[in-house]
Amino acid sequence: MTIVVVMEQVPDVAEELAIAPSGTDLDRDAISYVVNEYDEHALEEALLLAETSGDEVVAIGIDATGELDQALYTALAKGAQRAIKLTGDFEGTWLSTRTAARLLAPVIEELAPRLVLVGVQAPDDLDGQLAPTLAALLGWPHASVVVGSELVNGMVRVRKELWGGITMLLELALPAVLGIQAARQAPRYVPVSRVRQVMREASIEVRDVEVTSDLAPVPVRLRFPEETGQAELLTGSASEIADRLIELLRARGLL
Amino acid sequence: MAQRIVVLVEHLYGEPTDVTFELLGLARRIADSDGAIVEAVLLGEGVRHLAETLPAERVILVEHPALRYLAPEATAITVTGLLRTDAPRLALLPNTSLGMDVAAWVASALDWPLVAYCQALERREGQLVATAQLFGGKILADVAVGTSPTVISVLAGAFAAAALEPAAPGTIEVREPPAELAALRTHAASLERPAAADVDITRAEKIVAVGRGIESKDNLELAEELAQALGAVVAASRPLVDAGWLPRSRQVGKSGLKVKPKLYLALGISGAPEHLEGMKDAELIIAINKDPKAPIFGVADYGAVADLFDVVEALLERLGG
Ligand SMILES: Cc1cc2nc3c(=O)[nH]c(=O)nc-3n(C[C@H](O)[C@H](O)[C@H](O)COP(=O)(O)OP(=O)(O)OC[C@H]3O[C@@H](n4cnc5c(N)ncnc54)[C@H](O)[C@@H]3O)c2cc1C
Ligand SMILES: Nc1ncnc2c1ncn2[C@@H]1O[C@H](COP(=O)(O)O)[C@@H](O)[C@H]1O
Repeated sequence: MTIVVVMEQVPDVAEELAIAPSGTDLDRDAISYVVNEYDEHALEEALLLAETSGDEVVAIGIDATGELDQALYTALAKGAQRAIKLTGDFEGTWLSTRTAARLLAPVIEELAPRLVLVGVQAPDDLDGQLAPTLAALLGWPHASVVVGSELVNGMVRVRKELWGGITMLLELALPAVLGIQAARQAPRYVPVSRVRQVMREASIEVRDVEVTSDLAPVPVRLRFPEETGQAELLTGSASEIADRLIELLRARGLL
Repeated sequence: MAQRIVVLVEHLYGEPTDVTFELLGLARRIADSDGAIVEAVLLGEGVRHLAETLPAERVILVEHPALRYLAPEATAITVTGLLRTDAPRLALLPNTSLGMDVAAWVASALDWPLVAYCQALERREGQLVATAQLFGGKILADVAVGTSPTVISVLAGAFAAAALEPAAPGTIEVREPPAELAALRTHAASLERPAAADVDITRAEKIVAVGRGIESKDNLELAEELAQALGAVVAASRPLVDAGWLPRSRQVGKSGLKVKPKLYLALGISGAPEHLEGMKDAELIIAINKDPKAPIFGVADYGAVADLFDVVEALLERLGG
């Protein structure tokens, strides 16, 4: 049986972001891409599930950056058995969640998995999260903000986090779609040498797909948050900053 | 007939959550500007008494055992059915753990547009514009909301809550639960409360909060030392808790706790929307971060673009040990 994991590359928000002259997208040339951190958790959770269930883990992704291979080879190196990339006329564009779900759904249906794991959200999800969108298209039950899962008696038992440590426990019939917030353990590390070896030995299956128009909202304009209400910056050396902070705390009776 | 703005009522342990009143307040302001009416959709089991507490012109009530905890499948199916029949102008859902699972499902099932992570919704030159917070809070997207029905999932804490008194007593309209609830593929939903915590960060007057910038578990000692010198407690962003460095009870934010201390000293925290949700109402926020573009500086009163280790060391020297 099969567990599908969806891997997406997203702009690295730790880096400086620039807005394209069009004003409707980021400047894609100035971006460095990373795998969505929650997808790393989804992959880890899938590998952990498969270690006890014996399922085959298939990593799939839409290659909107032209750089997805590295992520998929890494997934293979970590223990996924197959990797599939969807290619088409969308390189360098901002794919909406709805579009991504529509591209992925038929491929997932064909793989007939019993579980689909995706990251709980991505930094560019303007039209919502992929897990519930995919679940609606596939007509399968789902839960996201999942922090633990277990396959039992033809069902998946999941722990969905609400807040303040309150969790919801659910049992979903299979097949089901899960949006993973955190795997049971930190995503495993795989040495680069192992990834290189996999690149020589394994291959990524390629499927050409076509984008049709959809109802995703079109951003009118991207902008940086206003500077208003921004912090008063303390400058100087660390010692000078520390002096100012202590002054501030004393003045407010906090010290 | 007047256009409708529908709000999904989130409740937990028998009480509507704060975000519900924020959504109703937002709906009220938009409705006042265009003559629409506000409808609260109240789903659950044994929740009828909540209907009177909701400031809305009409409350649509659907009760069914499967809706007790607002579990994703049952809630999404019921909301989809209601919206399909009523086709409101706007459907406002909270971008919370419960709401996230419903908004995207419903919008996709109905093929309606969805704007997620909404932090502002206002009329500009006659056009309704939703502002979404993207890319870890570093970028805002202004989206023109068309005139066809649209789903908007709204960030908790972004809007002022509605006054508790309804303008006029609302009517309650009871609807039959959809037939599909008899054939759900989600079984056995239940809630679990967290284990008792050693420290209640929601009661602390001063908090030293650490983020991924602290780099390693060993470095937490520095934060502990500083907290001790300041009479504060240590709290953290989510990744540190996920890594197991601190217990869940120390997590501030969307899926952690909401805190409002007199002092919130944020060390190496970027200020993702999910973190800000839990601490932006603190009385004094001071942020130390190496990245001048870190969104935490957008909510901080004072900030320093600096290496947290240098600043903590300098503070410890001055405060003595
Ligand atoms: C459904 C959901 C719920 C969530 N709930 C929460 C929640 O409750 N609480 C929460 O915190 N997050 C939550 N998150 C995660 C959130 O989106 C962010 O990923 C998280 O807040 C980031 O934590 P961080 O700021 O510590 O790490 P990062 O974003 O990695 O930021 C680290 C920061 O440290 C700075 N830094 C690095 N080194 C130094 C140094 N030496 N000196 C000074 N600065 C340094 C960097 O410039 C950077 O800004 C949630 C996410 C989802 C999807
Ligand atoms: N976002 C949140 N983070 C942490 N605690 C919350 C949050 N929202 C509500 N609570 C708490 O959860 C409990 C029930 O929520 P409420 O019904 O909103 O008062 C109360 O103790 C609230 O203080």
